[in-house]
Amino acid sequence: MELRYTGQSPEAEISEQFGNWMEELFDVDEKVVYLDADLMGSLKTQELWKKRPDRVFNCGIQEANMVGVAAGLFLAGYKPFVHSFSPFITRRVYDQVFLSVGYAHKSVHLIGSDAGIMASANGGTHMCFEDVALMRIIPGACIVDVTDSVMFHSLLKETVDWPGVTYFRTPRRGAPDVYKRDTTFNIGQGHILTEGTDATVIASGILVATALEAQKILKAEGISIQVVDPITIKPLDEELVLRCAAETGAVVTAENHNIIGGLGSAVAELLAENHPVPILRVGVCDCFGQTGTVDFLRKEYHLQPEDIAEKVRKVIMLKKER
Amino acid sequence: MKEEKALEQFAWQIRCGIVEAIAAKGGGHIGGSLDLAELFAVLYGGIMHIRPEEPNWAERDYLVCSKGHAGPCAYAALALCGFFPYERLKTLNSNGTLLPGHCDREKVPGIDATTGSLGQGLSIACGLALGAKLSGTDQRVYCVLGDGELAEGQNWEAAQFASHYKLGNLTAFLDWNKMQIDGRNEDVMSLRNAQEKFVAFGWDTAFVDGRDIHSIISAIRSGESNNEAPVLIVLDTVKGAGVPCIESLSNNHCIGIPQKLAEKAMAELVEQAERLGMEVPKWN
Repeated sequence: MELRYTGQSPEAEISEQFGNWMEELFDVDEKVVYLDADLMGSLKTQELWKKRPDRVFNCGIQEANMVGVAAGLFLAGYKPFVHSFSPFITRRVYDQVFLSVGYAHKSVHLIGSDAGIMASANGGTHMCFEDVALMRIIPGACIVDVTDSVMFHSLLKETVDWPGVTYFRTPRRGAPDVYKRDTTFNIGQGHILTEGTDATVIASGILVATALEAQKILKAEGISIQVVDPITIKPLDEELVLRCAAETGAVVTAENHNIIGGLGSAVAELLAENHPVPILRVGVCDCFGQTGTVDFLRKEYHLQPEDIAEKVRKVIMLKKER
Repeated sequence: MKEEKALEQFAWQIRCGIVEAIAAKGGGHIGGSLDLAELFAVLYGGIMHIRPEEPNWAERDYLVCSKGHAGPCAYAALALCGFFPYERLKTLNSNGTLLPGHCDREKVPGIDATTGSLGQGLSIACGLALGAKLSGTDQRVYCVLGDGELAEGQNWEAAQFASHYKLGNLTAFLDWNKMQIDGRNEDVMSLRNAQEKFVAFGWDTAFVDGRDIHSIISAIRSGESNNEAPVLIVLDTVKGAGVPCIESLSNNHCIGIPQKLAEKAMAELVEQAERLGMEVPKWN
């Protein structure tokens, strides 16, 4: 597909636009409300808070209560969007999300900012590599690892009436533009970003741009790869993943998350049961987070273009050895 | 609103329903269900605006039974109101049941919130109360808390939230029966003076005898007069209240009810029937 990707910084950061997107949702749907736990500064919703005190509620630093309040607001007919940093809106409130929302069949949108290495200087306490794993095992959940602002904006609107838990894990800044503005996004429908025949790289979130860089490296070596963005990790576009695996016969996954329980696991589970092909995973290899710049952390956790390229070379060898 | 005499009769019927349901299963959360019979009689006997024939009526008042294990009490009240057939009570906790022991909004008509993981209900009640305020309706939200449950920190987050957002349409009840699974509150985790704590959080509060129907109604009515503050009504209760053979057990939280004990409990309820002017139920 035609992309907007140049490898440069985005035209506008997600955090600069998010408040406008929420306001847009308020205008379209009078039942949408927004809750935050004293982190309005991070997605810059303070202006909206002043402007729409009837729709925006700061819950203070009490994430568990905030999720419960969202559950109650749903019961009263509202559509709550709830934000905190990714570890605090998933791991810290897991039982509240699992039972008060998921088990009780309520619809609540969770927005976790600065997932994985994007927590950067906030360090290991704020660096969540397990959020996708946690959310994946909530029946019926919808999980979006945000690739760029076009995708995030589109899926916020697309998922408004998704029944159950919807979880967005998003960078606040520094995610390069990947998609053209008129791209269509649907729940459970992945996109093939580049065509290729030697291997498929299924990447999500900030690792999509990394995969596109890896594609350039490999192209120079005469290796052609298919880069796929699943758009939603759950529901996973199983038909697309199986088709790509059948076409190329070798798969690499890439994610800003622990390789246990996330996108790599989801793809491996699907392929193992339905169409076993060699698969290798790029991701955080079962470690905790730490403080550092995003570039440092990419190097530390092997999330660089060369790491993806290396796994692709290996997986192609595995395919040939079969 | 039913007259107080009729509410006493309703509370007795609720107790009969609780015993019948739990005895049919052979055991369950009986102590903390029996002690709420008067409260549920008052709420479902006229305080709450509800439509049993239309459980999801959009303008109803809401009840969040945060101590989800009091499901048997809520279910007995709902069945007696006609939300579902009374006979269903005997399927409590059976395989594939429509009446899981802990309150379940998906399975039980009339249950507004799924609860069971303690400490989460007051937050849900806050969300409902905030929603009703946003919608500009005069719906009220009621929430039933356990005393052991107040050890869960989320309650105090919600207490702060309700006061901050001036949720005057929220009334919470504390079932102060002084007991929890492992023993007395003061041995397991001292609650001290819950009423004072809620006052410090900016709530209006009242303290009433949990079996005194007149006082419960007065406290609810008087709490509704302030639009700005949420209300906590502490119900001074005894676990297992109203059925002496259960009440006298040192631990009656979640217990097996062998046939003999069930018969004794039913006989004790039958003894009360005449005083209340009720027909003796046919147990089966």
